[in-house]
Amino acid sequence: MTAPESPTTAHREVGHHVPLWVLAATLAALLVLTFITVAVTRVAWLDFGPTINLWIALLIATVKATLVALYFMHLRYDKPFNGVILIGALLFVMLFCGLALMDSLAYRPDVQEYRDVDPARYAPALQQP
Amino acid sequence: MSTLNPSDAAPPHEHPPHLQHHFDTPAQQFESVVLGMWLFLATEILLFGGLFCAYAVYRANHPEIFEYAHVYLSKPLGAVNTVILLVSSFTMATAVWAAQHTRRRLLMVMLAMTIACGLGFLGIKYVEYEHKWKDGLLWGKHYQPAHPHPGFATHAAAEHGTAPPPAASQPTTAPAGETAWIVQPAESGPRGLLRPGAAPLELSTEPKVHNVQVFFAVYFAMTGLHGLHVIAGLVLIAWLLVRAQLGHFTAAYFTPVPMVGLYWHVVDLIWIYLFPLLYLIH
Repeated sequence: MTAPESPTTAHREVGHHVPLWVLAATLAALLVLTFITVAVTRVAWLDFGPTINLWIALLIATVKATLVALYFMHLRYDKPFNGVILIGALLFVMLFCGLALMDSLAYRPDVQEYRDVDPARYAPALQQP
Repeated sequence: MSTLNPSDAAPPHEHPPHLQHHFDTPAQQFESVVLGMWLFLATEILLFGGLFCAYAVYRANHPEIFEYAHVYLSKPLGAVNTVILLVSSFTMATAVWAAQHTRRRLLMVMLAMTIACGLGFLGIKYVEYEHKWKDGLLWGKHYQPAHPHPGFATHAAAEHGTAPPPAASQPTTAPAGETAWIVQPAESGPRGLLRPGAAPLELSTEPKVHNVQVFFAVYFAMTGLHGLHVIAGLVLIAWLLVRAQLGHFTAAYFTPVPMVGLYWHVVDLIWIYLFPLLYLIH
């Protein structure tokens, strides 16, 4: 049932040896990116409005996530299929969020119309004094 | 195993004790475990993805709730938590390196440091939660802020006009909101949240924000689930530490270490996204 262990595969390295300096450099890059993430929120001239700020924050977070995935999680040295699994999961989450947001957007005019007609009638129980 | 008859078994061959018979080589076995772990991590990402979707929908429909309520979160504490988790990811990756090179002491030290970072993270989370509990900033119907409903104008003043409060008075965390950490205006002395001689706060005439409890529901659900995952991760790392102390991990077999490491990195990844989405709204 089991194939005889061939000499070429027997001594293949188990796992990958990511050098320590690569790990340290990744940590340094992550800390710099964290600093940038916080710093851009404090600098007035980098304020592009809520939507673009959000996308900038998500972009920096994605860069950080990529570094963690590639080097800390060894994806750079792994079989590509593991990366496919990760990216696939992320794509499905984005699909999920995208469809839900599309639905919200589609009904926004109706909700606004309902609110505009009579604000007091719009869920009065939820309105705080 | 279909080899009931010893003579049908594979011819005598050398193989490491940890190698299961349904794998050809240790490398193949390791890769299979890694694949299985990644599939589990994909389910974790989908789990949190559902909560991120709730966040996205609520924020898209009611951005004012998020812009209003996020001031109650402490940015410095969130940033410190981010740094702590990044460092813990580094120590975990170094622990994997140590296991690969049969450096037992370094492995144990790195695992212990990862646990310490995780405990630090949970400690800060506890501090944050306690503040919210005290101020009544909870989810759903439990949202009963301890102070009157503030307005936006005073929010702007508090956001940009604050100075580190003197050690004797309020805690040095960032102002949680203009009502949460009010310091009475003083005739003289160090600056607090209000400049000396400032007029008492007036509720602004801007429209009040309704349904702020939605933000805190999202906040507690996401950080709470994340916190549970951190606790589970710490339990796993402690288990690794015990096994490392018993000498179970060598360059020939160290598989549980990188597997728990992968899980821990995903926990860190989720926080990397939580931090800007919850704390850095502006």
